[in-house]
Amino acid sequence: MTYLRKSWYALPNLLRFVVRRLFVGALLCLGITFVSFALTQVVPGDPVSANLGDRAASDPEIVAAFRARYGLDQPIPQQYALYLERLVHGDLGESQQTHRPVTTDLSQYLPATIELASAAMILALVIGISLGVLAAIARDRWPDQIIRVISLAGVSVPTFWLALVTFYVFFFKLGIAPGVGRLNPGGKAPPSITNMFTIDALLAGQWATFGIALSHIVLPAAVLAIYTIGSITRFTRAAMLESLSQDYVRAARAKGLPTRTVILRHALRPALAAIVTVAGMAFGRMLSGTVLVESVFSWPGIGQYAYKSALALDLRAIMGVSLVVAVIYILVNMAVDLIYAFIDPRIRLG
Amino acid sequence: MAERQPLLAIEGLTISLPTADGGRASAVRGVDLSIGEGEIVGLAGESGSGKTLSALAVLGLLPGGAKTGGMIHFAGRELSAADGRAQAELRGKDVAMVFQDPMTALHPMLSVGRQMTEHLVFHRKIGRAEADKIAIDMLERVRIPNPRAAMARFPHQFSGGMRQRIAIASALVTGPKLLIADEPTTALDVTVQAGILRLIEQLRRELKLSVLLITHDLGVMSALADRVYVMYAGRVVERGARAEVLARPRHPYTRGLLDALPHGSPSDHPLTALPGSPPAIGRFPAGCAFHPRCRFAEDICRADIPELRDVQPGRAIACPVDPLSAVPA
Amino acid sequence: MSDAAPLVEDVPARPRRRLMRRSAWTQPLGLVGAALLVIIVLLAIFAPWLTAHGPIDQVGRRFMAPSAEHWFGTDQIGRDVFARVIYGARVSLPYALQLVIMASVIGTLLGAIAGYFGGWIDGFIMRAADLVMAFPDIILAMAVVAALGPGLFNAVLAVVVVSWPIYARVVRSMILTIRDEPYVQSSRLLGVSTARALWVDVRPNVMGPLVVLAALEFGHAVLILAGLSFLGLGAQPPAPEWGSMVSEGSKYFDKWWLSVFPGLAILLVVLAANFLGDTLRDALDPRTAKAFR
Repeated sequence: MTYLRKSWYALPNLLRFVVRRLFVGALLCLGITFVSFALTQVVPGDPVSANLGDRAASDPEIVAAFRARYGLDQPIPQQYALYLERLVHGDLGESQQTHRPVTTDLSQYLPATIELASAAMILALVIGISLGVLAAIARDRWPDQIIRVISLAGVSVPTFWLALVTFYVFFFKLGIAPGVGRLNPGGKAPPSITNMFTIDALLAGQWATFGIALSHIVLPAAVLAIYTIGSITRFTRAAMLESLSQDYVRAARAKGLPTRTVILRHALRPALAAIVTVAGMAFGRMLSGTVLVESVFSWPGIGQYAYKSALALDLRAIMGVSLVVAVIYILVNMAVDLIYAFIDPRIRLG
Repeated sequence: MAERQPLLAIEGLTISLPTADGGRASAVRGVDLSIGEGEIVGLAGESGSGKTLSALAVLGLLPGGAKTGGMIHFAGRELSAADGRAQAELRGKDVAMVFQDPMTALHPMLSVGRQMTEHLVFHRKIGRAEADKIAIDMLERVRIPNPRAAMARFPHQFSGGMRQRIAIASALVTGPKLLIADEPTTALDVTVQAGILRLIEQLRRELKLSVLLITHDLGVMSALADRVYVMYAGRVVERGARAEVLARPRHPYTRGLLDALPHGSPSDHPLTALPGSPPAIGRFPAGCAFHPRCRFAEDICRADIPELRDVQPGRAIACPVDPLSAVPA
Repeated sequence: MSDAAPLVEDVPARPRRRLMRRSAWTQPLGLVGAALLVIIVLLAIFAPWLTAHGPIDQVGRRFMAPSAEHWFGTDQIGRDVFARVIYGARVSLPYALQLVIMASVIGTLLGAIAGYFGGWIDGFIMRAADLVMAFPDIILAMAVVAALGPGLFNAVLAVVVVSWPIYARVVRSMILTIRDEPYVQSSRLLGVSTARALWVDVRPNVMGPLVVLAALEFGHAVLILAGLSFLGLGAQPPAPEWGSMVSEGSKYFDKWWLSVFPGLAILLVVLAANFLGDTLRDALDPRTAKAFR
């Protein structure tokens, strides 16, 4: 034991950090499966009637077969073990609505959502950080006040309503936005590699398709980004104010460096580390925001899938979606922490 | 020493700061100060006396909302204290600054090499390689072991004393004529302090540097300064050669500060603390701001703000009573 | 390191403060928010006296554009949109309030238990909070609603499940901070039990941040409930709920007034809550405000 402990501390700081973070990430994923199991198996009353039709549920033989198949006749710990085993094999059950395995459905819809959320995240980071930095520099003066109102409006506007209004204005009235969906009606998708149309079109060198896919993603991504822009702006302002007040920023100014350098290199860099962490958390909220945006823009992603499943009271499908989103959330945050460790010399070099 | 051509001369410097309730408060109320070439001038005073603000005004680094008046002469140039842009040209090139806490004054995420050279490259318009060479020489001069390797390392990998040496090297790498050192040893261990003070003394000799040494610690002052200014409530109350001022203080406040020192008290009086505490900015008493704490105070002290007046060649105090003139050494 | 950094040590020390740094009531944005909220609550209370029509009365032709008689026009079955928007406050505000109260009570209790006992109990509760926060709120709420059936109250229950952790975190960190304050330490030295010290010394200090958090979360509660109703999982027609009104209106795309006005109502309420909450947060002691992230 002491030998183990000794060799643990003999490891480089960064490696220790990475191992610890991966371990915590794995534990959290396990926890996620447990919560998900508890919600699907325990909460919703009788899973038999929930999963079988009324007629099938009244047939004792079918019910018994169903219970045996899903291990419902066994105690809870065994059920959880079975659930985990099915999960490892990618079995999330069958969607009542599409009559296909939930895993198949998810793998079909997930890329569209990842594409949309990533585009929105890029927008939110660029705009949010810029506004936040401006606000911090102009602290308590009018640009700061205006940016404050803008960012509060961003976190206050109902996404689904904004989606409708912008679609109405830009498509219906002004005619500058393309219609709903990922491509024009009848448009041919680029060769399937990642199933993110903008990236696939680029990889295939299909510039026209890329342009169309990009024009379709701009409006939904912008709407999806609004909330996150607001929160990143507020957070960036706070982080910048803190780092601008540090001695090392004053020292940088005393060295006669131009204001631009002081702000971008000396003040923003440490703030950025904190901002990226917050952005990782915001990504989770963004993924769930896709439910509201995708249904307005007919974006064929997991948000719309979850929405249709919820209307059909298709519990397995929804839990599949939330399991996937939760795992993505944890993975993204883990990745952010690891990036942070590589950026910050205090962790990297110990 | 007074005959030397002053490198820096501050005339009638005033600084006011915005207050929380929207008003303004005077923090520095007419300060004159000069530093000769190669001279180390100590600026002493408790917190709130305006010593750090006065130094920051020279660099144009006052906090937002501060208003300044008066003139600053630097190496033959005349700058209005109110115009922050003129001072910006001095920053880093002609005047450098070292801060109190080396733990926080070095950027935690930039390498030592980057922090040593970024302003050098900017001010001198030279290439990286050349800047690296100058920086390594300077690190060697401040006795950083293995300076070439140190360039690639980060501040957290050095001890406090080493960091302060790096901060000083980074300040001096551009060859400034004046170094402003704000409490450069306060945050360090006593054993390390002496090393930093010796280093400043050595650099002054080798680089013909002028130093403005800001401190509340008269012990630090006595080790290093040629001349001393003592500030209280935004005004200079005593100025003179270090040996004179510390051995025979003429202003009751200077005397109080010295009496409060745990050792080396020059007087036959027992060790005493100054009664009361220094007034906060915006709450300076009328007349001589020191009078509520002064055991020699008379009516005139409550009525008029005393002017700094010469009492000996090179020696001035702002005290109309001058009760200590007869006290023997 | 201090907040807002006196750039220099000579800067006058601010007056010593505890939880509130400066009066939130001198900030224009906070005043606007508070005034808006008061007006909206008054509108909700006095709705029957403010409009001539009930929320589900058919009072005119379908799809009448906004006019002097029907300020916000009429909807697809001839109901007065203005009346429905005003009455909508009677639906959204109470449910959002319920949500905030339930989540804050549960979160406060769990946070206090975690902070008070520490050790593995603390670890367990806070890891559970991490887990719950990993789940996407709307989607999890959709799952609960799918299991329990659509309806605003079920939606509220669902969102409580995912929104208690933020309260737990804030209360726990406040307790950890305050527990080490000299005045709490000294009362413990005087023989006051920890539980009593928590109640006497900690409770008043936790109330401020909790109120701020509740104000910020209130806006979020209105948004998420409206979102669920928009998806058809919350309030059911013909209830005059803003989210479902936007959803119904979106079917008649060229009749913009059906969706625009209820959406504006949501925006106004949430904006008011956020103006107020944000101003109050700024007034908090910076050490406290940190726990909010």
